[in-house]
Order: sequence, then structure tokens, then C-alpha cells
Amino acid sequence: MLINKRLILAHFWLAFVVFGLALILGAWQMFVRSPLNAWHFNPELYYRSVTAHGSAMGYVFPTLIAMGFGYAITESALEKPLIGTRWAWAGFALVAVGAVVAMIPVSIGLASVLYTFYPPMVGNPFYYIGVVMVVVGSWIWVALMSINLSIWKRENPERPVPLAMFANVAGSYLWGWTAVGAALEIIFLILPVALGLKSTIDAGLARVFFSWTLHAIVYFWLIPTYIAYYTIFPRAIGGRLYSDAMARISFILFVVVAMPIGMHHLFADPQVGAGFKFMHSVFTGLVALPTLLTVFTICASAEIASRLRGGSGAFGWVRALPWQNPIMLATALSLVMLGFGGAGGLINMSYQLDASIHNTQWITGHFHLIFGGAIVIMYFAIAYDLWPHLTGRALENFGLMRAQLWLWFIGMIVTTFPWHYVGILGMPRRMAFYDYANPAISPQAFSVAISTVGGLILLISGVLFFVVLIRGQMAHRSEAGAYRFSVPVHMPERIPVALNSFGLWLALMVGLTVVNYGYPIGQLLVLKETNVPAVYVGASR
Amino acid sequence: MTTESDPHLGEAVAARIERRWATLSIAIVGVLVGMAIFIGIDHATMPQGHVETADPKTLHLAGEFIESNLGSAMEADGSVTVRAIGQQYSFTPQCIVVPSGTPVTLRATSADVVHGLLIEGTNINTMLVPGYVSELPVQFKAPGEHAMPCQEFCGIGHQGMWGKVKVVDKATFLGMMASQRRLSCVD
Repeated sequence: MLINKRLILAHFWLAFVVFGLALILGAWQMFVRSPLNAWHFNPELYYRSVTAHGSAMGYVFPTLIAMGFGYAITESALEKPLIGTRWAWAGFALVAVGAVVAMIPVSIGLASVLYTFYPPMVGNPFYYIGVVMVVVGSWIWVALMSINLSIWKRENPERPVPLAMFANVAGSYLWGWTAVGAALEIIFLILPVALGLKSTIDAGLARVFFSWTLHAIVYFWLIPTYIAYYTIFPRAIGGRLYSDAMARISFILFVVVAMPIGMHHLFADPQVGAGFKFMHSVFTGLVALPTLLTVFTICASAEIASRLRGGSGAFGWVRALPWQNPIMLATALSLVMLGFGGAGGLINMSYQLDASIHNTQWITGHFHLIFGGAIVIMYFAIAYDLWPHLTGRALENFGLMRAQLWLWFIGMIVTTFPWHYVGILGMPRRMAFYDYANPAISPQAFSVAISTVGGLILLISGVLFFVVLIRGQMAHRSEAGAYRFSVPVHMPERIPVALNSFGLWLALMVGLTVVNYGYPIGQLLVLKETNVPAVYVGASR
Repeated sequence: MTTESDPHLGEAVAARIERRWATLSIAIVGVLVGMAIFIGIDHATMPQGHVETADPKTLHLAGEFIESNLGSAMEADGSVTVRAIGQQYSFTPQCIVVPSGTPVTLRATSADVVHGLLIEGTNINTMLVPGYVSELPVQFKAPGEHAMPCQEFCGIGHQGMWGKVKVVDKATFLGMMASQRRLSCVD
């Protein structure tokens, strides 16, 4: 039962428009920094573009997807209209206006600090204010998800919370708390300096606060994808979910251990001691668990669907899967990219291996493969699955959708594999250009050129994606029926309280964050002599 | 897969397979974490143990990172200490010279914004955060030259921030050291 279709569509459309613009910037960046570009250009434009690309892809696009998908889940899983529609529109407006407020100073070159901020460099205050508006808008969504769930629970005391809603609310809580790190950094450290009230800042402390957000934000991006794996994929291919309980455990694990691991981004930083780096490394290992569990459950669900269709044999059932179905294809391609990306992640999490690839192109390759690849391809799948229910018009061109998904997959592999390779060779990331005539750099030129081709393929795939959606908006009307989620093979007769509520897990989430961040933050707060002069960025200063 | 005839049997089988996989997953993570612990302790490749500070406002006036003290220094125990700073958009010294086969302690900080330092062809890689000192024990196997780019975005000239490391054999290094207190290979 989808009532507020315009609200949901507005979120998805704005998300994809932002994505499309940022995709063009990304492809341009890949070209200008490659040996294929023979012209000189102003490197400042490159960093402007990277700031816009990162801010749009990191803060705006996935947030809007999570919000829009969250509202769709609330109405269809709880089978009642969303409570707080006006607030939802207000949240949407805040995100939209915030994105514009942030992007104006970026586009005129007053805030080329990249989306990771990098104090003591400080840009125009409106950039940070815009980002805060986006986050506050999304916090309205977090509150709405919690309110809608608790009212439903009061009305349905005997029924277990539907899995899709359980996972959706888990994702919203995760985001609500992980965004606090960057919010503290912006509000207490950066904004006073950007507004001219202070002239010094503790760069080390700022990095610690940001790391609190920086890793768990990836799981916030990932949650809609995992919800699609568990609650859309088995239904879309005519099967059932292997295990409802394991799904809940996976989402709970994300809530609990996604936060206290962010310092693996600071392995090479001097402002945190070895002990807490070790703690965070171990917890990063733990966060591999929900992914390992998910891969098993999703593959097992695919096997069930295949055997229901007559698939047989130890591996022969793979052939009997409905490969012409775009959701099937997207999920399979997503899992392949998740496999490679996850393996890379296991390398990054160990201090000793990370030392050879920290801040190289390897890292850029890693998170583009996970986020741009495994996660975003499922955002496409969610849109394809949901669109007919939102527009009342059928999406019929499965061939075009499959071509789009294949091109995205191929583009991502062609882009990120060479990046991983040059990263091992030691190519630093975030540089506007490289002197490919330098004998130390020339062996990397060919791989960078190849990755640029990947960027072009991704751009083509992006164009096809818009063609599918726009044609869908213009197709003939057809009733898609109620929007439903997968049903587990064995519907649990009763669900333990722990797998049906969040109290304990939220306490653990906050508690573990305090344990793993409290001391390092406290230590740096006490160290007074680490406040260093701010370096203002932008032409007008 | 079990037959549909007995749902409870099927459920029990499903749960058992699932438990096995969960156990295997935990074992995989356990082995990976165990490996990191073993290499950390046995090979002593661990991050810097403590937090040390250096004020970027007074770096050039007094203390360890004044200009005359930057570069490679010979220690009494035969090891070498390299002191360097990063600033927009260069390193000082821009070319670091070290002996091969000798324990080297790299001590570095930043004079302005966050920089990084990675030495290509090695696993030497650290951040330079203004206000803090980064210390890294390193050792170079063989003579040769390595590029040393800044690996962290440090402003619009970041792409030009490339230093160099020159590894020479120990005898050459000692010869160079004989005439100078602090050594670099900046021409």
C-alpha cells in the first residue's frame, strides 16, 4: 500500500538527478587527470569538481535514496499511510536546499576542501551549513521512521515487525548516530573558524570526529542494498527468503559494530595511539560477519528459487535462475563486486597490509567498487522494482535494463581494477594530474588510461538508466498491484524480543562508540597545544 | 534441500546449515584478526605507540624541527634519524638520503595543513598532521631511488608535492656524513 507516491518519487528523482550530475563530474575528473588529456587546465577546477562529486555522491544521493526507500517501506510493510507526511516534505526540502547552499560556494571555488573537509583548511561557511542542513533533513527522516514503527508496534503488539521495516529502522538509527561525529566536527570545530570567531583548530581531533562518521556512513549507504537483497530479490525471482532471523541478526550487527571501527581510517595518523587503532581494527573484522552471513543467505535464497523452477545439481541450479530478470542480474553483479570489494576491505582493515596502500589509488578503487558498484547497482534495481508501483506505469524494456546493468558492472570493473593496481605501485590519490613523463610515474600511465575508458562506460550506463526511467514515466498506465516483500521459507512462529526491538542494540551502539572513541577524544581535548592556525581556502580571502 | 513433506525437519536442517556457516564466518574473521596480532607482535609492525606534539607556529624558531636540524642524522647506536617537515607544497628536505640495511627512524610533522608521505616501492606511509609528530621505524634493503609524493589533499598545489628518497650503501653514507652534521640530497 503506497499512498504518498509523490513524496517517494520526489526523493528518488532528486537523488538520481544529483547522481547524474556528479557522475558527469566524475567522468570529467578521470579524463583530465589521465594521460589521454594533452591540454593544460587549472588544477583548482579539479579539486572543486572532486569536492562537488564527493559531497553529492556521499551526502546527498544515498541519503535521499535511503529516505525515499524508507518511506516506501514504511507504507508497504506496515500497510498503513506514513505518519508525519508534512515533516517528511520538510526534511526533503531541507536536504534539497542544503545541497544547493553547499554547492554554490563549491562551484565558485570558495570551498575546495573535498567532502572530507580536511581542516585546518577551512572554506566558505555556507558549504558546511549546507551539509548540516542535509544531515538535519535526514534526521527528520530518522525520527519519522522511529515514530512510525513505535505507533505500529503499539497497534500490533502481537505481530513481529516486518523484516523490511526492521532493517529500514536499523539503518535510520545507524545513520542518526554516525552523523553525530561529523556534526560535532562541523559545529564545534570547523564552523566557528569558518565564521571567523576563532582562528585555530585541532586538526587531529577533527580527523578523529570525522572517522566516527566516515566508516559507518558506508554502512548507511549499504543498508538499502541489503534490504533489497533480503526483501526484494527472493520475491522478484519467484523464491523465498532462506532465513528471517539471520537477516535480523545481520542488520543488528551493523547497528552495533559499524561505529566503533572508524579509526582504521587513521592507522597512519599520529594523533591516536596504537591501542585504540588495534581495537578498531578488531571491530572492523567483526563487521565482515554480517556481510558473510548475508552472502550465504542470499545465495541460499537464490538456490531455493532455482529449485522451485526445476533447477538441479550441485551447481547446475545456477543456470536455471531467471537471468532475464533485471533484479536477478543486478543482485548477482552486485554480489560479485561486493566479493572483490570486500576482499580489498579485509586488506585495508589490517594495519600491516594497509601501510602499502593507504591513501593511494587502491583506496579510491576500493570504495568505488563497493559503493559505486555493489551498492549503487542495487539502487538501480530498487528503482526498477519500485517504479511501476510509484508511477502506475509499467517498465517493460527488460533488455535495456539488462544492458544498463551490465554496462555499469563492466564500467566499474574497468575503472576500479586498474586503480587498485596503480595503488599497489604507490600512486597517490586526490591529485589533479601526474607527470607521466617522470620515469617513476610512467609505468602507471597505461592503467590510468584504461580506467578512463571505464569512466566513459559508466557514463553511458548512467544515460541508459535515465532513458529507462523517463520512458517508464511515459509508458501506458497499468496497475502494478500491492508492493510486497519476500516471505521467508519458514515463517518464524515467534520472534525473540531481541530480534524485534532496538533498545539493547542502541545501548550497545552508543556504549561501544563511547568506549572506542571516548578516551582518544578526551585525550585530544586535554592537549591544548595542538590547536593550529587555520588555512583559509578560496579566492576572496 | 529437504522435501516439503515435513516442514519442521526442513527448518531444522536449514538452521543447522546456517549455524555451520556462521561458525565458519566467525573462524575466518578470527584467523584474520589473529594474523594481524601475530604480525604486529612478531614482526613489530605496529602503529606509533604514543601521541607526541609539535607546535607548527614555532617549528622554525626552536626545537627539534628547526631547519638546521632537518635531514638525516647519525645516532650513537649506529642507527639513523631522519627529520622532515611537509608544507604547502613541498617537503623539507625535498630529497632525503638514507643508508641501506640500517635501522632508520623517520620523524616528521607538518608546518601548515594535513599532508601525507608515502615512499613508492616500500610500505612506508604516514600522515603528517599539524600539531603532531609522526614517527616510523623503517629500513631500506637496497640502494636506489624512490618517489615520495604527498598522499593527502593539501590544497590546490597538491599535485606538485613530490619529494625523493635516495638510498645509498652504508659506506657511501658514512663518507657523506663525515663532513656534515645533517645530510640531505637537495642539490
